[in-house]
Amino acid sequence: MGDYTFWHALIGGTLIGLASLIATALSGKIPGISGVFGRLLVPATPDKKWRLLFLLGLIGGAALSFLLWDSAALFRPMRPLAVMGVAGLLVGFGTRLGGGCTSGHGVCGVGTGAKDSIAATLIFVGVAMVTVLIYNRAVS
Amino acid sequence: MKAGRFSVIFLAGAVFGTGLAISGMTDPGRVIGFLDVFGAWDPALLLVMAGAVAVYGFGMLILRRFQNHNLKLPSAASSPIDRQLVIGAAIFGVGWGLGGFCPGPSLANLGALRIEALIFVPAMAMGMFFAQKFFGADR
Repeated sequence: MGDYTFWHALIGGTLIGLASLIATALSGKIPGISGVFGRLLVPATPDKKWRLLFLLGLIGGAALSFLLWDSAALFRPMRPLAVMGVAGLLVGFGTRLGGGCTSGHGVCGVGTGAKDSIAATLIFVGVAMVTVLIYNRAVS
Repeated sequence: MKAGRFSVIFLAGAVFGTGLAISGMTDPGRVIGFLDVFGAWDPALLLVMAGAVAVYGFGMLILRRFQNHNLKLPSAASSPIDRQLVIGAAIFGVGWGLGGFCPGPSLANLGALRIEALIFVPAMAMGMFFAQKFFGADR
């Protein structure tokens, strides 16, 4: 695969949807990444094994893709590391408070037409767009 | 869960990570390019979501027809749109716009040991821990 095209977006999205579908059928849960990861941090979670394996697979699959394809390995650092730390805290807190992230609400919830997920997705995409607008104005 | 299922779920995770990497969602430049609607807008993320939503939505319609005691699927019921959901989604939005990382891509970048991910992921785990400690994990 050479340079990035919209085919990469479409094929990648298809793989994400397919993987989520398989994980749903096997686990009986909505396999949003924030929920899969967050519940690993709760000692009382009974089904830790599939969660850990799914996330290790995710990291491994990405690592292999970075090695295989230049377009997949493209990484443009956008923010200072201190900002990344603050962003991580907010993403972790917000996704668990709101019950989902781009995959759980955005892909699975929107895909099945769940009203709460559609609302959450509109909110986090809208707020993120405003955040980028303000950040760009403040920094430049 | 039977042993064979665990290897399949590992493979499903690998397909997920491959999809994130191929679609460029592991590149914060592409994600922030989508969020920057007043700049040089990059629509790629919309196509990624469209592909993923279509496959998952259509697939779930089919799977629901085969639901039985061997195939348990999550409830189709929607949770209420309450204050917790709205505030949580908004806080996530601020973090996403600040960093250009959502949970999946941040974990995927651990696969390249990128310093951004090595800082972001532990901070994210801390944020999750506190949200679950104070508000519960069962939303």
